Amino acid sequence: MKNLILLIAFSVLMASCRKDLKPIPEEQQQVIPPDPLSTVKGFYLVNEGNMNMNKASLDYMDYTKGIYRRNIYNEVNPSIVKGLGDVANDIGVYGSKLYIVVNVSNKVEVLDVRTGKRITQINITNCRYITFKDGKAYVSAYLGKVGDPKAPNGVVVQIDTVSLTEVKRVDVGRQPEEMAIVGQKLYVANSGGYSPGAYERTVSVVDLNSFAVIKNIAVAINLHRLKADQYGDLYVTSRGDYYDIPSKMFVIDTKTDEVKKTFDIAVSNLVIDGDIAYYYGSEWSYDEAKFTVTYGMLNVKNETLMDRGFISDGTDKSITIPYGIAVHPITKEVFVTDAKNYVSPGKLYCFNTAGQKKWTVTTGDIPAHFAFIY
Amino acid sequence: MIRNKSVVKALNCVFLVAASIIGCGAFVPLVSSAQNNTPKHVSTDSLSKVNQLNEVNIKKIKISRRQTSSTPLQILSGEELQKLNSLSVADAVRFFSGVQLKDYGGIGGLKTINVRSMGTNHTAVFYDGVQLGNAQNGQVDLGKFSLDNIEEIELYNGQKSSIFQSAKGLASGSSLYLKSKQPDFANCRTQKIRAAIKGGSFGLVNPSLLWQSKISNSVYSSVSAEYKNANGRYKFRATNGVYDTTAVRTDGDIETMRLELGLNGVLPDSSKWRIKLYGYKDNQGLPGAVVNNVFAFSQRMWNRNLFAQSAYEKTVGKYSLLATAKYANDYQRYLNPDIVTVDGLQENNYYQQEIYVSLANKLELTKYWDVVLSADYQWNKLNADLYRFSYPVRNTILAALATQLHFERLDLQASLLSTLKYDSTKRGPEDPDRNELTPTILVSWQPFNQKEFRLRSFFKSIFRMPTFNDLYYTPYGFTVLKPEYTKQYDLGFTYLKAYENKLLSQFSIQADAYYNTVKDKIVAVPSNNQARWSMVNLGLVEIKGLDVNIQSAWQLASDLSLTAALTYTYQQAIDAAPSSPSYKDQITYVPVHSGSFMAGAAYKYFSANYSFIYTGERYNQSTNNIYNYVRPWYTHDAAVHYNTRWNKREIRINAEINNLLNQDYAVIENFPMPGRHYRFGLTYNY
Repeated sequence: MKNLILLIAFSVLMASCRKDLKPIPEEQQQVIPPDPLSTVKGFYLVNEGNMNMNKASLDYMDYTKGIYRRNIYNEVNPSIVKGLGDVANDIGVYGSKLYIVVNVSNKVEVLDVRTGKRITQINITNCRYITFKDGKAYVSAYLGKVGDPKAPNGVVVQIDTVSLTEVKRVDVGRQPEEMAIVGQKLYVANSGGYSPGAYERTVSVVDLNSFAVIKNIAVAINLHRLKADQYGDLYVTSRGDYYDIPSKMFVIDTKTDEVKKTFDIAVSNLVIDGDIAYYYGSEWSYDEAKFTVTYGMLNVKNETLMDRGFISDGTDKSITIPYGIAVHPITKEVFVTDAKNYVSPGKLYCFNTAGQKKWTVTTGDIPAHFAFIY
Repeated sequence: MIRNKSVVKALNCVFLVAASIIGCGAFVPLVSSAQNNTPKHVSTDSLSKVNQLNEVNIKKIKISRRQTSSTPLQILSGEELQKLNSLSVADAVRFFSGVQLKDYGGIGGLKTINVRSMGTNHTAVFYDGVQLGNAQNGQVDLGKFSLDNIEEIELYNGQKSSIFQSAKGLASGSSLYLKSKQPDFANCRTQKIRAAIKGGSFGLVNPSLLWQSKISNSVYSSVSAEYKNANGRYKFRATNGVYDTTAVRTDGDIETMRLELGLNGVLPDSSKWRIKLYGYKDNQGLPGAVVNNVFAFSQRMWNRNLFAQSAYEKTVGKYSLLATAKYANDYQRYLNPDIVTVDGLQENNYYQQEIYVSLANKLELTKYWDVVLSADYQWNKLNADLYRFSYPVRNTILAALATQLHFERLDLQASLLSTLKYDSTKRGPEDPDRNELTPTILVSWQPFNQKEFRLRSFFKSIFRMPTFNDLYYTPYGFTVLKPEYTKQYDLGFTYLKAYENKLLSQFSIQADAYYNTVKDKIVAVPSNNQARWSMVNLGLVEIKGLDVNIQSAWQLASDLSLTAALTYTYQQAIDAAPSSPSYKDQITYVPVHSGSFMAGAAYKYFSANYSFIYTGERYNQSTNNIYNYVRPWYTHDAAVHYNTRWNKREIRINAEINNLLNQDYAVIENFPMPGRHYRFGLTYNY
């Protein structure tokens, strides 16, 4: 009897030893004074999270309240098994919906843009980036078929933004990355990253009417970023081969679909707003035997590098790994995120047009991609 | 603060649990109420007099190596090891203090040992006296070593407390020694056979055979063969308190084969020799991280490991010699159907070779003073079909000068190890030559007249060389890396007490406080994109810890004996690099509190075993925040064994239940561990 009581007591103790689980809570922080009349209501910032950690997370900067909300997904959507997922690679807003491309989780998560409440998910294996046009979303994915040794090519998948289902897909180059749409043509940068001995070197051009590849523009190996300016030009970055072939940036004229200019600069990421492209890049410095990061601006109207960067107060020294970059559509403030060592919470910096740090806030792990909300 | 509160709570839990278990200690014998006498495992082996550590010796104290070792030593052996709920060496080392087992879950999941938070690569694993190398990543998967043919597992912090050993034995932060079953012939027998079969959860089928034979009076042979097949499937639970889903871990199937041949003998001049051939082959699935929307995996791996090793030992007067040689040839194939290249599915093949020779010489200068000079040479080569692979070759020369002063109550050891390392590559730059000199000092002192109490202390400075993966793994590019240095300071005591005609027949405790630093820790850091990480000497870790081991033996009745053991580990392992984003945070996956409890009872033909493992709260990434917090986990395991004789044959039947309360937990985030599972075994000895 005594033993039985002890046994029961012991079982009760065991049961109470672990804290009860609850969904990961949101954290809020007042960053700037509230502006209830702000045209831009705020922006979403998606944090990739390190691979295998399942730590993709969604933050929201609310301009009307001046509050930064960290990790909003889990409290709003507590019943989704294992949450937002593993490695969020892109984000976009179209109409009333927010789309998050979650690479390792093989899905595009669709949320209500106002509430963050989940509407559905669209399964696309190894999906990378998203762009929109005329009621359709286009998602690039590294492989069309997984496990088929004869199918190394990637795809661009067309999704209907009303039914939220896949409509059709088209084979492009190997491991396609960023896309941009100019007129009725979709341009996608192919990397070929799965075969380092045989990188891709083209931008595929998909005609949106026929949804077929009409041309492959030869550019350079291992392409990644692809942004369109307002003059019908595309800015495409090549990552090089990390050995002998350096990283470069190219300009494609979409009227001729040919490369018209080369910038011998390493660009890791860029954003184009109006006439200015804001970029950063890191290059191996033999003098210092380490990677050095440069922040620069480029005038896309006359296609020339500007002689100043967008950080003027020395804050760049405290940014370890610049990762995401964005420009406020109205105020033209520049946002840069720091991914630190990829396994720690990152930081978001806001710079005013004079290049001075205006505010900074702690984000999730690997803060990366922005979507502004009006 | 939440954290402190929960620490207290967790502590309470541990002690209350331990107390309640000890309190209802009587519940264990309840399980085992029946007849007769447990056949005690008695070693009458003339070749190796190793098993003098059966401490359950009521009449007289046996001061074992556990007590006299200048470095903390933990041992699991013989009967104790057989009774433990363990399939592999990895399962068994969980019961040691100061140890974290990094376990990726399931029967085929990678299992590596991290001793005193210095990192996996700082523990050397020795199999029958010779190190199991892995020049590629410096890690030994302990899950691959079945307990079937293991007689004894020893864990030394610092190094083995003996100067007469190879220089390799001094070259790691801590050492795990696995000793295979040695031939042992009593009663004029010349042949012995042991056949066993295990089975249970995960679709496990695991037959094995050990055949020992006495070829002549001076030559013994042993053959050990094992086959293991498991589908590796198990249920696991994922929950955040709102969603609560149970899924089946798939793709963790494994098939392994092992064949070992051993020959040992004594020459007319009474010198000893032994030869061992080892072959291992497996084919397994590689279940990945269970993340949102991904529950199935297609990656596979094949391993083939072969080695041959030999040792020769001779003593002439005051001079002793120990010579060792080894050749190892390892092959690994990795297939990832999720990645399709221009050449088809991604597939990598790795070929490793190792040649190792060692010569240790001991001279007894006086009755109290020995000196040892050891010299080792090792050659490692790695080939891989990776793009732009550099085909590294490494030559290592180790030389050690060691001395020992041993008096009645004081034992002093000091050694100086010189390491020379030369890398060469076929393509690309190579790591510069290295020349390191590292000292170790060991003290063991019996301060009072009684042998029961001893103090011990050691200081050790050692490093690990960057591995081939650290230096030459193609996607990381090449970086110059310094060795990763550790310094260990340890102070502890051992106490042993035996009681005649008391309920408590023996009690022993060993406790050690330690301070370790890991400098120039090799960590992967990203450069400008995630595909291009590089390895750098960045980290600095400071570890303050306490390891406690308590063991007790009880004689409750003439045929009812009980053993109980408790381990506790406290570790404050702090990221001490000021440049780190997680400066002053507890490092990843190291709990502040952890411990284990084991109880065994033997009554006539029956014996029963219960074990409990507790791992306190941890963080799964470097920053100690709410998002990285991992709850404590604790598992209860139990086993019953029945021993009988049938026509003079010894038969043993056992049944195990593991994770009795079906707790859902993961040691490594997103690699869930199995819930309640079972294992059954039948052993036949002749």
